[in-house]
Amino acid sequence: MTLATGKVGIICCSGEDLPEGTISRVATRLVLEKLRPDQTVTLCLPLFLAGGEDERAFARVFPTIAIDGCSKKCAEAGTKKFSGKPVATILVSEVMKKYPHLKIKSREKLEPQEMELATKVAEEIAKKVDEILCKTTKK
Amino acid sequence: MENRKVLVVPCSGIGKSLGTVGRVATYKVIEQMRPEKTRTVCLALLTMGDGDALKLVRENPCIAVDGCPSQCSKKNIEASMGKLAHNIIVTDVLRRNRSLKPDGVIELNEQGDKLAEIIARALSEKVDEILREAKCE
Repeated sequence: MTLATGKVGIICCSGEDLPEGTISRVATRLVLEKLRPDQTVTLCLPLFLAGGEDERAFARVFPTIAIDGCSKKCAEAGTKKFSGKPVATILVSEVMKKYPHLKIKSREKLEPQEMELATKVAEEIAKKVDEILCKTTKK
Repeated sequence: MENRKVLVVPCSGIGKSLGTVGRVATYKVIEQMRPEKTRTVCLALLTMGDGDALKLVRENPCIAVDGCPSQCSKKNIEASMGKLAHNIIVTDVLRRNRSLKPDGVIELNEQGDKLAEIIARALSEKVDEILREAKCE
């Protein structure tokens, strides 16, 4: 199977138990809907386990970026285990360290500070998407 | 059963608004409607076979909240040998509430939030029923 050109797969953990999981989810959608709508696609992480070969072929078709809320890195590990190794991983808890003034606590609706952090994470994802596409274009 | 809680586990499907409806309904239950009786667990953590997550779903009754008929939450709880007590599919509830048109993944529209509220109420009643039955056992 060959890599699809011009698209990067974004897989986020969506961790339900932690606010970081909601940040990973919102940041992913911001990239898909606003920052890089024509260059990115996504897939539900649990579908890797519940789904069939089509879903599991995802990371063999697209270069992927895993977006994880915490150090357990479920998105990275799940993608690697069921599909293929992600090209990059972005850890929300690591991005948070760069912006200590942004505090997060909501798991449902994000407050302005939390949305600001989600936007910062989304910008890092978009930057990584550009790097990956630049490399694949050069090849 | 005294210290046990009902685990409400949404699929959090990210491709459609129905995954967000299930996720928001879950938070309404665990944070507002039945905070003392319920909690959630990260579904991705469970699918990765995390020991603590496996223990939680095996020792507590679980309700799977799925956005679509793929039923990722239900299937993953079953594959983890969890105690699945009930499952709900958002598309089934939507079929009974055809006037509602949920939209939005980052943030639900008003109708999506209304659908989440309907599901949350049904989930809360189910939580009470599960805990009541467990007390009688």
